[in-house]
Amino acid sequence: MLEGLMLGLSTALSIKMILMVIGGCLIGTFIGMLPGLGPMSIIAIMIPVAISLGDPAAALILLAGVYYGAIFGGSTSSILINAPGVAGTVATSFDGYPMARAGKAGKALTIAAISSFCGGTIGAILLMGFAPALASVALLFHSAEYFALMVVGLSAIAAFAGNGQVMKALAMTMLGLMLATIGESALFNMPRFTYGIMNLQSGIGFITLAMAMFALPEAIFLILDPTRSKSRTEQRSEIKDLRITKEEAKIIAPVIARQSVLGFLIGVLPGAGATIASFLGYAVERNLSTKEQQKEFGHGSIKGLAAPETANNAACTGSFVPLLTLGIPGSGTTAILLGALVALNVTPGPRLMVDQPEIFWSVIISMYIGNLVLLILNLPLIPYIAKILTVPRSYLIPFILFFTLMGVYIGQNNAAELLILIGLGILATIFRMANYPLAPLLIGFILGPMLENNFSRSVQLFDGISFLWERPMTGGLLFIALLLISLPTIRGWFSARRNN
Amino acid sequence: MSLERALALFFLLVSLIYGYTAFFIIDATLPPYAKLGAVWPSSFPKIIALIGILIAFCLIFSQSNSGEKSAINMETFRSYHLRPALILLSMMVAYALLLRPMGFVISTFSFLVLGAVVLGERKMILLMLIASTCAVGIWYLVQQVLGIYLRPWPWFLSGGF
Repeated sequence: MLEGLMLGLSTALSIKMILMVIGGCLIGTFIGMLPGLGPMSIIAIMIPVAISLGDPAAALILLAGVYYGAIFGGSTSSILINAPGVAGTVATSFDGYPMARAGKAGKALTIAAISSFCGGTIGAILLMGFAPALASVALLFHSAEYFALMVVGLSAIAAFAGNGQVMKALAMTMLGLMLATIGESALFNMPRFTYGIMNLQSGIGFITLAMAMFALPEAIFLILDPTRSKSRTEQRSEIKDLRITKEEAKIIAPVIARQSVLGFLIGVLPGAGATIASFLGYAVERNLSTKEQQKEFGHGSIKGLAAPETANNAACTGSFVPLLTLGIPGSGTTAILLGALVALNVTPGPRLMVDQPEIFWSVIISMYIGNLVLLILNLPLIPYIAKILTVPRSYLIPFILFFTLMGVYIGQNNAAELLILIGLGILATIFRMANYPLAPLLIGFILGPMLENNFSRSVQLFDGISFLWERPMTGGLLFIALLLISLPTIRGWFSARRNN
Repeated sequence: MSLERALALFFLLVSLIYGYTAFFIIDATLPPYAKLGAVWPSSFPKIIALIGILIAFCLIFSQSNSGEKSAINMETFRSYHLRPALILLSMMVAYALLLRPMGFVISTFSFLVLGAVVLGERKMILLMLIASTCAVGIWYLVQQVLGIYLRPWPWFLSGGF
């Protein structure tokens, strides 16, 4: 591990990589602050730039920096204008905004930055321990286990989708899998589901789908509902004193320690992610507090601010564990990162640590650097970066639409791809209006080819589907998948019976 | 019919078309040697189609049973600013179609200016200044820095389509 760490340090500490981290964090913070734009949209917009770098380590470091920056930017807009840019920072606004209204905006931002830094750093340390251990177990897996593991991942994403959302999430996953089979398949060397359309011969581009699922619907919703992008300058609080006292530091220290571990463990679970971690972290700290402290929650409690901030950053780091060790994305954001890596001919999984250790370790080291950049560079710059909140929507929206179009055009150099983007974007917007989750579609699309490859290989190896019951680990994993999908339905059925 | 139910039916339709293609069209066009293996190109899609149809029925059935109100009601829908959204989407289609013949700079400049005007921007000089800087700046960045060819000017200035 020490060797790997040194290799990671030498790669990540080069001038190019440090610039990538700083650039990624700044861009992420800048755009993440805009209400209505989530990290998935920002990363989707940044993918063509990352791919054009040609270096997988640099691309992943840049995108990871953008991811952290976006989460931090989301926290800033939550605290300053009570408009969370991302779902993961909604819980931050519960106590962050009341603090800002009480004239403590600077203090709230510092607590958020320190909590994020500690959550991310402790998460990265845990990642260093977890990832190699999990990767060494995963090396024992064969294609049958991989297939089953991917089914578990897809089921977990649907199972955690929320109350009454399981079926919708499953439907979206299936749509993603269907879209993944369009075009020439590498395994069979023949086009499928193209219906004679030449532009579908090479399949639907991953960037096109990522933009259509996230960036375009967000922009369309900003047009449909102008209140989403209100800059609300009249509500903006002045950022004055950024310092915190020793007593405050003592209060938040145990919160940070607890939530870093909890957030990380939630982040590791596929489908859970930063949003659940932040809400759970907030609820746990509230329950652990004394009665007097509990009354402060929702009215500017520093514990209530530190808990979700720590948990969501630790969860972001945790979500890299299944991505780097198993090649399975646990969230929409890590799915986009996986897509970018595949486009750069890197296949994340247990072999990544063995075959390309410089990528694996430099990403982990860059997480430390990224967190440090957020604390020492972004925090003092926040009063200036916050000026973006005053950009009028009449400028903002055409620019977002333009960058979405450009991202796809640069990636594919094909005008027909833009029409596919617009069509899929409109469809995604309609799905979002009816509360269908969109991340499972993208995850299904990215995992689709790997799922089919592993399935086909297993069927060929066993000359049938007997591997489903002959290999105990495959059977066990598929049983877990079935359990994950059916549990919410059974729970709902029982609670309905109890109510009756 | 609620939007959720309509989308569930849409999903059923997609699964049926996908399944029909997998079961009949792909199999019919397979060369004989492809049918010798344990896995056919249509094997995985067939499974997906069957699961898809099952999920679609579950969705339709659960929604008709729950009697839940749609996530989007007519009031919310009416409060949406549909007109500018439709205009901007049409402009995106026009941008996609005109990007090559009209060249990057003119198409981008027009898209940004008209888009902002549709959304109520009236400070024309500032807007045109920002739009032209952005169009030229991004063309330079993409072509000169990233090395991806983007024709800057219309076909009649660049020697044909």
